[in-house]
Amino acid sequence: MSFSVTDPTPRTKWFAGLAVALYALITLMPLLWIIATGFKSPADSIAYPPKMVFQPTLEGYVNLFTTRTRIKEADLANLPPADTWYDRIVREQGQIIAGPSRYGERFMNSVIIGFGSTALCMILGTAAAYAFSRFRVPLKDDLLFFILSTRMMPPIAVAIPIFLMFRNLGLNDTHIGMILLYTAVNLSLSVWLLKGFIDEIPVEYEEAALIDGYTRFQAFCKVVLPQAATGIASTAIFCLIFAWNEYAFAVLLTSGTAQTAPPFIPTIIGVGGKDWPAVAAGATIFLVPVMVFTILLRKHLLRGITFGAVRK
Amino acid sequence: MAEVKLEQVGKSFGATRALDSVTMTVPDGSFVVLLGPTGAGKTTTLRLIAGLDLPDAGRISIAAQDVAGLSPAQRDVAMVFQQYSLYPHLSVRQNLEFPLKSPILRTPPAEIARKVGEVAEILQITHKLDNKATALSGGEMQRVSIGRALVRNPAVYLMDEPLSSLDAKLRADLRVELKSIQANSGATLLYVTHDQIEAMTMATHVGVLDQGRLVQFGTPRDLYENPVSVYAASRLGQPRINILPAALFGGAPDRAAQIGLRPEQIRQGEGENSLVERVERLGDQTRLHLNLRDHPIVTVTNAHTDLRPGDIVKIRPQNPFYFDATGARIP
Repeated sequence: MSFSVTDPTPRTKWFAGLAVALYALITLMPLLWIIATGFKSPADSIAYPPKMVFQPTLEGYVNLFTTRTRIKEADLANLPPADTWYDRIVREQGQIIAGPSRYGERFMNSVIIGFGSTALCMILGTAAAYAFSRFRVPLKDDLLFFILSTRMMPPIAVAIPIFLMFRNLGLNDTHIGMILLYTAVNLSLSVWLLKGFIDEIPVEYEEAALIDGYTRFQAFCKVVLPQAATGIASTAIFCLIFAWNEYAFAVLLTSGTAQTAPPFIPTIIGVGGKDWPAVAAGATIFLVPVMVFTILLRKHLLRGITFGAVRK
Repeated sequence: MAEVKLEQVGKSFGATRALDSVTMTVPDGSFVVLLGPTGAGKTTTLRLIAGLDLPDAGRISIAAQDVAGLSPAQRDVAMVFQQYSLYPHLSVRQNLEFPLKSPILRTPPAEIARKVGEVAEILQITHKLDNKATALSGGEMQRVSIGRALVRNPAVYLMDEPLSSLDAKLRADLRVELKSIQANSGATLLYVTHDQIEAMTMATHVGVLDQGRLVQFGTPRDLYENPVSVYAASRLGQPRINILPAALFGGAPDRAAQIGLRPEQIRQGEGENSLVERVERLGDQTRLHLNLRDHPIVTVTNAHTDLRPGDIVKIRPQNPFYFDATGARIP
């Protein structure tokens, strides 16, 4: 869509480019900061003024994935030589590896809960949005508003009822509990977004498919879904980002088996002094899945909504 | 290849009466054209037969079977939509294959390839088969959408203004092609248009719809020569029939309020004086725009006439139609 009858002048383009670059720099700054901190030594990470150039080390990453015990210098010297690179890094800090940390598990919990709730949300959301878009649903507008209104509530307002409910149902600190909770929270947004996308798909395509010998469900799968792919992809990204980053409910309702990474990462600080590089390393790794997911679906995000094969 | 029967079919959309007690029999193997202006109920009729909408009243049967409880797929109809409705995520070839691959037909691949090739040939879209459906011009899209119906061999073809966005030459070609496909296959075809040339050249029967009512159903010739009303008479004929006050000429029956004159019902050279206002030379014919006591009349004359604006021509009716005050024909 173009709002101007003429192409932008070179000066306008130059200015727009500068504005975008500036905005990108501002938003990327904290991200670059975190990534850099992950590779700093603890001393460098709290140096003032902040160090732009530093000796990179994997200490933060090793500390993130291990639990360690401090031992005496003399005992350390008596040990057989370290046989792996991470052993060596730990010993340089005057410590030995006691075992793996829980970060791996917590990260996997985030993956299971984040992607699980996103998938469930897409299945339910697409079905509900299709029904709202195509069928005459009694009290449609009221229902849609009700669905949206669940989103208006601050999570903290329902935290206690949900906590009690989860305890009574035995859903506390379970994967399925968190998947259901995040699905419930995200469903309102996905129904609304997806309904918009499905509304854009002319109903004539389904009618043509019905006449071409398909049932409504087959027409939905073969004709509506491929055309709604753009909408489903972008909605999925929104849902995943929410479930991935969610902190309040995760702190409240998970503590062990189903604890996700966001409530776990801050606890790293306390393990052995203020270990900012380990925290930064945890945050950096935590960024990767959402970035990969977004990049994979980038094609759908950029592609415009299909139009043109139906004469308007 | 089936007879389609509508009995007292009615359909409303909210307060709008789209179809009002329409009774019509589309004979097996006939080519029926539904004529009428926008909003007359032509498309609604097709959608009811296809099963995309359900009638409020009346019965529809295809091949002597009541289709009330049947889904569109079960009715075995093919439809060409006015808006093309090509699947935008598929190529032209996939669009044409789509009905053949349906769970109802499950056509073997070799048969699909043969059918698609054959139809693409007829519609002159062979070179576009591997294009995306969205990368076609309007005319090409319309041809693909006709093709999607032709690959099948349904009980009834339903076509909603399938030639409306084609250029004149292609339209003429496809008129002939559609007619011969229908004649050769013996298929029953219901066709909606407001192009009267399509109606006259292709139809075995024409149905005239007026605000949801079927006002006349018959052969194109019957409709042209024996219209039941002013409305039906105005559907066919180029230039249009002239509708004038009956009293303009002598000899009208008592009840007559209006007289209808097609060009061939206007005898030139005797009768009343009329003024030539405009002469339109179309090549094979010349149209005269006349003025008879402030009533405009359009008629046809000798292609090489010497008449010029300002001349006087004498005219009188010859076997005209008379209509009463409601517009109904007086026999």
